[in-house]
Amino acid sequence: MNIIYEGQIPFYQFLNEHSQVIQPLPEWALTKETLINYYQQMVIARQFDTKAIALQRTGQLGTYASSAGCEAIDVVTASLMSEADVLVPYYRNHAMQMIRGMELSDILLYWGGDERGNSSPAQREDFPNCVPIATQCLHACGVASAIKIRAQQRATVCMLGDGATSKGDFLEALNVAGVWQLPVVFIINNNQWAISVPRSLQSIALTLAQKALGAGIRGEQVDGNDVIALHQSVASALQRAREGKGPTLIEAVSYRLSDHTTADDATRYRHPDALKTAWEKEPIKRLRNYLHAQGWWQEHNETEWQHQTATLIQASVEQYLDTPPQPVSAMFDYLFADLPEHLVKQRDIAVSRDSGESSCNSNSSGNDREAAS
Amino acid sequence: MSNQATINSGISSGDNSGDSPAISMVEAINLALHRAMLDDDDVILLGEDVATNGGVFRATVGLKEKFGVKRVIDTPLAENMIAGLAVGMAAQGLKPIAEIQFMGFIFPSMEHIVCHAARLRNRTRGRLSCPLVIRAPYGGGIHAPEHHSESTEALFAHIPGLRVVIPSSPQRAYGLLLAAIRNPDPVIFLEPKRIYRSQNQRVEDNAQALPLDTCFTLREGNDISLISWGAMIKETLEAADQLAEEGIHCEVIDVATISPLDRETILASVGKTGHCVIIHEAPLNGSVGSEIASLLASEALLDLRAPVARVGGYDTVMPYFRLEDQYMPQTDHIIDAVKRTLEFE
Repeated sequence: MNIIYEGQIPFYQFLNEHSQVIQPLPEWALTKETLINYYQQMVIARQFDTKAIALQRTGQLGTYASSAGCEAIDVVTASLMSEADVLVPYYRNHAMQMIRGMELSDILLYWGGDERGNSSPAQREDFPNCVPIATQCLHACGVASAIKIRAQQRATVCMLGDGATSKGDFLEALNVAGVWQLPVVFIINNNQWAISVPRSLQSIALTLAQKALGAGIRGEQVDGNDVIALHQSVASALQRAREGKGPTLIEAVSYRLSDHTTADDATRYRHPDALKTAWEKEPIKRLRNYLHAQGWWQEHNETEWQHQTATLIQASVEQYLDTPPQPVSAMFDYLFADLPEHLVKQRDIAVSRDSGESSCNSNSSGNDREAAS
Repeated sequence: MSNQATINSGISSGDNSGDSPAISMVEAINLALHRAMLDDDDVILLGEDVATNGGVFRATVGLKEKFGVKRVIDTPLAENMIAGLAVGMAAQGLKPIAEIQFMGFIFPSMEHIVCHAARLRNRTRGRLSCPLVIRAPYGGGIHAPEHHSESTEALFAHIPGLRVVIPSSPQRAYGLLLAAIRNPDPVIFLEPKRIYRSQNQRVEDNAQALPLDTCFTLREGNDISLISWGAMIKETLEAADQLAEEGIHCEVIDVATISPLDRETILASVGKTGHCVIIHEAPLNGSVGSEIASLLASEALLDLRAPVARVGGYDTVMPYFRLEDQYMPQTDHIIDAVKRTLEFE
């Protein structure tokens, strides 16, 4: 017997869970600017998350998917993306959307049940949040195909969770990204949980990164709580994509520090000790301890930044809460470029009902009354 | 979209094509694809066997040679993937035309059609849109393998944000496919494969699209409205011919865009005739015929002089081909339904 194929999955880590440097740092990490920026953005993400959950608990926001625990993945990746790159997120990437230019108030608007939260011009060509699991992987390949067809030097970044790796969409996306050598970077936020189902029940594979090998593409695993490792891995993958050197699958190992969403109660299925351990490894504390040790971030910096962040977030909350609702006609106005005739009638009925007029006005036909009742 | 224009565009079929050769529907589709790709570099073709093989029905033959493999793309074999790719391409401003080889294999792609293509404009409030076309041959009558003969168009007609378009002649296939490709929203373009090659018609390659969301009145008559689409237009017109010999004058309407429906043309016709038979190959239960009957019940009740009749497939699984002919609605069934309707009074 001959071995005709052997695969390898590299693992990247620079800053271990005790904030110790375990291998020589890349040059950019020898100075403080980028690291402090990552830290500051992660603090905003965490505070935003806490605030969003509080808004939901007080009836001021809909069901919300927390990003606690994936701040490093999101902040580093979004920071390395260029404006021309395209983000195809799942539904936990608030920090990426913020760094890509979205107002926090628009992110809240989305989770507050308003489609205008997907319409910010700052999102440019980025996809909106994707709720059906893993479907975004194929959209990312479609975007990357368009980029390749037009011979542009842009990368597509597709975000997904560990649960998504069990779906056909993900595997089909890896396959086509490989065979067409698409400029796409898939990043799995392996936070160990798909609602209540642990990573061990999704796949017997030792790593999720090795799913790439079956598609003939590069796969690597990175400590998702280590901004330095993430930076190295994502920056190289983005560069390969933009240079036409093909796709990459990055498995970023993190831990979901929250419930799945505000509609979930993780105490039903998750042992508190596991969560306690995860908090010891989390990305923000890990980087803060390192910055402290380097003398780059003092207590007063922390106090000031936390305060500034709170002010920023409070302003965004107020802006969100002050946003008037859409007119009822909005549910019709963006269905098609040109609204078909019978929908114009249904829109008129909806508008008249909303304004308190009788629905039995002379413009509404029997069929439309029935359809809209 | 006046009714007059509708009638004109239907009646003129076959009259103004100059010296163009008579071609089949599948050739007309091929001609429209050539025209669309020539006129617009953003038009991209993708699907299984569409490039080198030219499609299993040869609808895409010659396109790879003319436009290259960057624009005419043989995909890996995964229908879900084809639709998902098309959504991503369309969001970038390309105009992908995705072929699903048979409608019986479209179901893996439904999540992308229903949850994404149909919703992208709405859920981004117009920031992104999805100008894609999904082409799929559908329907029975060619003694094909299992899962190759169903008519499940109603599943798509039910989805807000989608257009569902079905041609019934080479000329309408050319003009409607061009319209579908140019439309800024997603269009499901279903091709009745039973009549892919059964009728030749002169089709001028004039880049003229036909209107969407518009019925075509193929034959005018005052006694009864026959409303149909796709391959059943053939039997419907045959029935109208035979009934004319008995002095019964049928108006024949090809719905063409089954969603959104051109209600005005249907209501105007039934307003004139007072009688209506709806003919389709799909099962009757929950069909587009049900929607048209509902429209007539609620908006044309006082015009109707007899109950609306429907001639359709049985509410059974589409039989394998030894019983296929017994499943398919026949010309005689239409004639019977017309006579019963007219005798109601």
